[in-house]
Amino acid sequence: MAEVGRSKVEKLGVEELKEIAREVRRRTVQTLHGAGGGHYGGSLSVVEALTALYFRVLRYDSSNPSWEERDRFVLSKGHACASFSVALSMAGFFPGEWLESFNKFESPLGVHPDMHKIPGCDMSTGSLGHGLPVGVGMAIAGKFDGKGYRVFVMVGDGECQEGSIWEAAMAAAHHRLDNLVCMVDRNMLNLDGPTEEVMKLEPFTKKWESFGWCLRCVDGHDMGQVVEALESVPFCEGKPSVIILNTIKGKGIPFLEGKVSSHYSKLTDEQVSQVLATL
Amino acid sequence: MAEFTYEVAKISNKNKFSEVITEIARADEEIVVLCADIMQSVGPGFIKEFPDRYISTGIAEQDMIGIAAGLATCRKKPFAITMAGFASMRACEQVRTDVAYPRLNVKIVGTHSGISAGAMGTTHHAIEDIAIMRSIPNMTVIVPADYTETEKATRALVDYDGPAFMRLARNPDPVIYREDYEFTIGKAVTLREGDDVALIAAGRMVIEAMGAAQYLAEKGISARVLNMHTIKPLDCEAVRKAAWETRLIATVEEHTIIGGLGGAVAEVAAEEGKAPVKRFGLKDAFSTIGDEKDLRRKYGLTAQDIARNVERMLN
Ligand SMILES: Cc1ncc(C[n+]2csc(CCOP(=O)(O)OP(=O)(O)O)c2C)c(N)n1
Repeated sequence: MAEVGRSKVEKLGVEELKEIAREVRRRTVQTLHGAGGGHYGGSLSVVEALTALYFRVLRYDSSNPSWEERDRFVLSKGHACASFSVALSMAGFFPGEWLESFNKFESPLGVHPDMHKIPGCDMSTGSLGHGLPVGVGMAIAGKFDGKGYRVFVMVGDGECQEGSIWEAAMAAAHHRLDNLVCMVDRNMLNLDGPTEEVMKLEPFTKKWESFGWCLRCVDGHDMGQVVEALESVPFCEGKPSVIILNTIKGKGIPFLEGKVSSHYSKLTDEQVSQVLATL
Repeated sequence: MAEFTYEVAKISNKNKFSEVITEIARADEEIVVLCADIMQSVGPGFIKEFPDRYISTGIAEQDMIGIAAGLATCRKKPFAITMAGFASMRACEQVRTDVAYPRLNVKIVGTHSGISAGAMGTTHHAIEDIAIMRSIPNMTVIVPADYTETEKATRALVDYDGPAFMRLARNPDPVIYREDYEFTIGKAVTLREGDDVALIAAGRMVIEAMGAAQYLAEKGISARVLNMHTIKPLDCEAVRKAAWETRLIATVEEHTIIGGLGGAVAEVAAEEGKAPVKRFGLKDAFSTIGDEKDLRRKYGLTAQDIARNVERMLN
């Protein structure tokens, strides 16, 4: 599939987006396998969301990544850098060949994204719980400057165990940041096990609502639902929006789907060809 | 120059720690383990054997240290585990104010130390942790060189009543100790005698210092090698002796050259005013992505690099 620059993606339909998501997923598997293993689980659960963002929702100019009016995206769960990098390369920010260097010595691309090395990456991340506060800062700056850009932040559900997420959640509501969207990858798994066993998050949606956010829950692998939610923000005027993406960790690799072992895995060449054949 | 070779252990220091603490916990009921969602990587043996004495805090390092402090006020002996960078930076104030200030018996275990997290990059590299932990009053800071020393350090920490930080790498490290030796907190181990230069190293860098000593010997330079496994309290006597008995002190650490082992040694050596101090480590810059071997080469932290630079300085 050719790299699709921003100008050509104004209004891709859901069917076309599904095709792109399939390609993002394939390239993510190839990239992680080429890197000798990695975070398959958390990279694959966000594929539909990243595709919807980069091929329909976000306003950006891949030939001018620092365009001031662009929508911002912060991958707070930085360990999903593989699918993020794939999406950015397919959106035209850098050549697809870069993906072959993923994790290699001095590569611009590694397990966690570096904003000074990856064109199109708005914030360096990797330590969990940092992205939402940073997103709040970007959203406040947008209000200060009277700019119309929106800020999207992708967090993991396990990541929401960090107190800093809830400090930022409070701040976003306090500052009435309706230009801020938090997307939660609710794949129900941490690194060590199910979120509800590692540190219970439920009642999760009530937490967000009680912190002053307007909330929608969608099937994070149903492109139609994801797009619909992303295109309906802000859900309420004067409030930040949160989208709970109900997802499957490792989505697309049957023997990893929903498994703790999907968090960080190494696959054999055989397994990868098998997976690519079915995707 | 014949290449310096070494044996790599079958087990990482972090996994060894997990085994040892599980074993000790069988005899000591007050030991509890806390972890902020990286126990799969450290080794889940303790959880299987002592599910009731394992406290999962989720991804919440600050909370974990606070909880450990609370447990310690009630005579428990908590070992709190997270990556070294998160232990020293994310939870820094909890470490200082809730653990060190009230001098509570909390053991903080920082894994994935130095650049051992490789391609995980800057956010997961810990190159400031020794400096941070060392600057906090009441803290003990230990950096074991291999799995044998990790075992001894863990046992010593169980017997020591007070706040401490132990720094462990992610991957299996080279074997340093082939026979029994005495591990005492605060007492450096002389691995090799010499009087031209004293190489003072800690953790993964001890093997590189040993290799450098071998290369230097081929050039007729006699190098003393000290394993400074305890950065705090520092073995000041060993540093003073090195300052008086050799012409150059060189420190080697997988850490920024600011404030860590190099800083600690330089502070003591400066007061003696005898031998100059050369610090090997990362030079005040964030580390990049790559396999840990490539990174060590990039930052001049191999036996060859150390030997070459020391030789130049002595001539
Ligand atoms: C502050 C911090 N603590 C620990 C880690 C190590 N870590 C990386 S991913 C992960 C689990 C993340 O779980 P979740 O947020 O649910 O992401 P997902 O399941 O989608 O991969 C952990 C503990 C980290 N990167 N940052």
